[in-house]
Amino acid sequence: MNTLTELLTFWQAQAGKLGQQTLQHIGLTAAALVLGVAVGVPLGLLLTRRPRLAPWVLGGAGILQTIPSIALLGFLIPALGIGPGPAILALFLYSLLPIVRNTLAGVQAVDAAVVDAARGLGLTDRQILRRVELPLALPVLLAGIRTAAVINVGVATLAAYIAAGGLGEFIFGGIALNNPAMILAGAIPAAALALAFDGLLAGVQRLSGRQLKRAGQVLLVSLPLLAGLYLLPRAASKLLAGFSPEFVGRSDGLPGLTLRYGLNPTSVVLAPALVYEAARSGDVDLIDGYSTDGRIRAYDLRVLRDDRHAFPPYQAVPVVRQQTLQAHPELAPALARLAGQLSDSVMTELNYRVDYRHETPRAVALDFLRRRGLWRRPRPVGGATIRLGSKIFGEQYILAELYAALIRGYTNLGVEAKTGLGGTTICAEALRTGAIDLYPEYTGTGLLVVLQPPAATLDSLGPDPAAVLQYVRREYRRRYQLEWLAPLGFNNTYALLMRRRHAERLGIRTVSELSAYLQ
Amino acid sequence: MSVPTPALEVRNLTKRYGSRTVVQEVSFALVPGETLVLLGPSGCGKTTLLRMLNRLVEPDAGQVLVQGTDVREQPAELLRRGMGYVIQQVGLLPHYTVAENVAVVPRLLGHAPAQIAARTEELLRRLHLPPEQFANQYPRQLSGGQQQRVGLARALAADPPIVLLDEPFGALDPITRASIRREFRELPELRRKTLVLVTHDVTEAFELADRILLLEAGRVQQLGRPRELLLRPANDFVRRFFAADRLSLQLRALYLNDLLTDLPPEAGTQIILPSESDTNIIHSSATVQQALEELSHLPADPASPAAATLWLETTAPAGYRPLTYASLMTAFGRTIQRLSAA
Repeated sequence: MNTLTELLTFWQAQAGKLGQQTLQHIGLTAAALVLGVAVGVPLGLLLTRRPRLAPWVLGGAGILQTIPSIALLGFLIPALGIGPGPAILALFLYSLLPIVRNTLAGVQAVDAAVVDAARGLGLTDRQILRRVELPLALPVLLAGIRTAAVINVGVATLAAYIAAGGLGEFIFGGIALNNPAMILAGAIPAAALALAFDGLLAGVQRLSGRQLKRAGQVLLVSLPLLAGLYLLPRAASKLLAGFSPEFVGRSDGLPGLTLRYGLNPTSVVLAPALVYEAARSGDVDLIDGYSTDGRIRAYDLRVLRDDRHAFPPYQAVPVVRQQTLQAHPELAPALARLAGQLSDSVMTELNYRVDYRHETPRAVALDFLRRRGLWRRPRPVGGATIRLGSKIFGEQYILAELYAALIRGYTNLGVEAKTGLGGTTICAEALRTGAIDLYPEYTGTGLLVVLQPPAATLDSLGPDPAAVLQYVRREYRRRYQLEWLAPLGFNNTYALLMRRRHAERLGIRTVSELSAYLQ
Repeated sequence: MSVPTPALEVRNLTKRYGSRTVVQEVSFALVPGETLVLLGPSGCGKTTLLRMLNRLVEPDAGQVLVQGTDVREQPAELLRRGMGYVIQQVGLLPHYTVAENVAVVPRLLGHAPAQIAARTEELLRRLHLPPEQFANQYPRQLSGGQQQRVGLARALAADPPIVLLDEPFGALDPITRASIRREFRELPELRRKTLVLVTHDVTEAFELADRILLLEAGRVQQLGRPRELLLRPANDFVRRFFAADRLSLQLRALYLNDLLTDLPPEAGTQIILPSESDTNIIHSSATVQQALEELSHLPADPASPAAATLWLETTAPAGYRPLTYASLMTAFGRTIQRLSAA
């Protein structure tokens, strides 16, 4: 009931966007369908004349069909970049199999005696195709187009991941924000569209003879028109931004930026995994990212300084069970050796080596400790074992390796790594129940995901890193008997990124300067 | 006297599929209006032979000539539009009405719509498919026999001089089959046409053929009039092929004309037709089978033997002679003996 009200409110508030996305969705589907029919039907007909090719072509189309849609989009991006091109191509590839297969099946199902009689009466091959085979295959052929249309409506939601618009923008925004109303706001119209396409084509299928011919003609004309509905914002403004769905929806993401800087760039929505790639290739000029991501270094991007503190602080801090600290007093000093050692740029460098140079987190961690003179030979184990946790991405693996090496070098404690613990809630739960003894966490995450304080408290904390750390430290102690130690130094928060050269040319270093440039 | 150009001539026609020879060195020539039946067991090559006539199958060697012209001299489609084509499965276009099906070839030939409509109506009427009832029906609404009639009408629509028929009655039940065959035989449309008909049914062949071409393993075993195959088989295969149906075939292959000399002389020739029996007349060009059928329709009344008599009309000498079961069968027996001995 609650979700329903939220949903209706959301639709009301975003009516313009809903309309636009629905039209984009219809346009995408129709464009791919036009291509699918234009290529699939002749291809199917060719196969009826060269049946020996059929297993190869159908097999190929079948393999395409089995490629997960998000992977197919991923394959297409290096060649075609982001935007409508790869989206339509992917949808087209998916629509190929049902259309080709049904064209072939439809024509092959035509009674051989009918074709033989027609040929015997003196119809030419072309006349047999047009007057006998195609009309008789039409119901099956239409069933194939119908299948393709429904598949396309579904897969077209993924177009939102590559800046091609459509109803997927709401869906993936909703998933990223864990907002069921927002997911439904996109999913319900998408399902309705699928039903509408299906119903429409089913109606066409039920027509007979001449009506069918008319309907076919209407369809041929209307599909390209529908495809024309598909219009995307293109860089009419100075810059085109590409943002991940979560960033667009989160109050500390784009809405926060708009609030603090008055920033509202022309933007498209993109899969989080693709924003960096899109920025590098120049498809978009401005993206959201994380300030210590290795790709900043790899793709030569510049982090725009958040001079008005729109993004909340996400300082990395080891969180440890109080029980453990009391039982092993030698542990805290060993962990403290890393405090303040990792700046944003140092962490970015380490991430880069793991994510892009494919060095192991352990090698990178040991190398770092050696260079800082922090490395010591492991001591013989003579006591309890410390269980180290980490979340499931490169930076956390590196931090876990750093702590493991320090504990081994500076204490007699054993170390057991429990890395790759899904997300924040899993790690926090593991720590509370004592399944692990410590893991690196970010202040902003502890605040928003675990503690979830009322809005008034959040406002009072504001963007001050020290205030946030103080608050989470106090609350963790009180609620969970967990201890936030000293910060490591870097702040893995949201960041606005531009290609370094582009930013240099425009003389943009801070978000304020960007905002001024866009005015 | 000049020899007329054959309507259809086949010279040394051969077809191989891989190493298998399906049709081997077949030759024949048909005069206009003649009906040739291609007869033989399944797989003997008769359908392949037929399909080479309208180039649905291209021969590996040999020639097909229509009115003395090689069929390869014109596009296959144009050739086919000039030949009727009827197949066992009928193959009506399921999305066309009966009238549209019949009109396919005339439309391809660009005939005027009014002319096509008139022709369609005429043909449907003649084939016992009243157009007001059937013209706008779809093939699936018709019975098998009705469909085959439409198929026949379609083949005849453009009035082609040659009609090819591949087991045209093969898919019908025996009763429908016999009645359609009778209609077929009596259809004036077909009398003038040169027909090539494929069948494996010996009775059908004898009923419809002017000449029979008996095929086995792609080779011609014998080509000739039905009675020649029956009474003077060229080889053992031909003899064995007809052995099972010998009597019934003889009844169909012999005409009353053949029996005239063997009819009992005591019956004599009456010049004047007996007044009471003016409906019980059969012409001497009928087969013995037909005479028997007529006799079986007469009332069996021992009190008036005249009523149980069939009058045989002869032309040379002109007159009428009485026929009874006894006299007919006696004469039939003698004739068979005489012809087989010759």
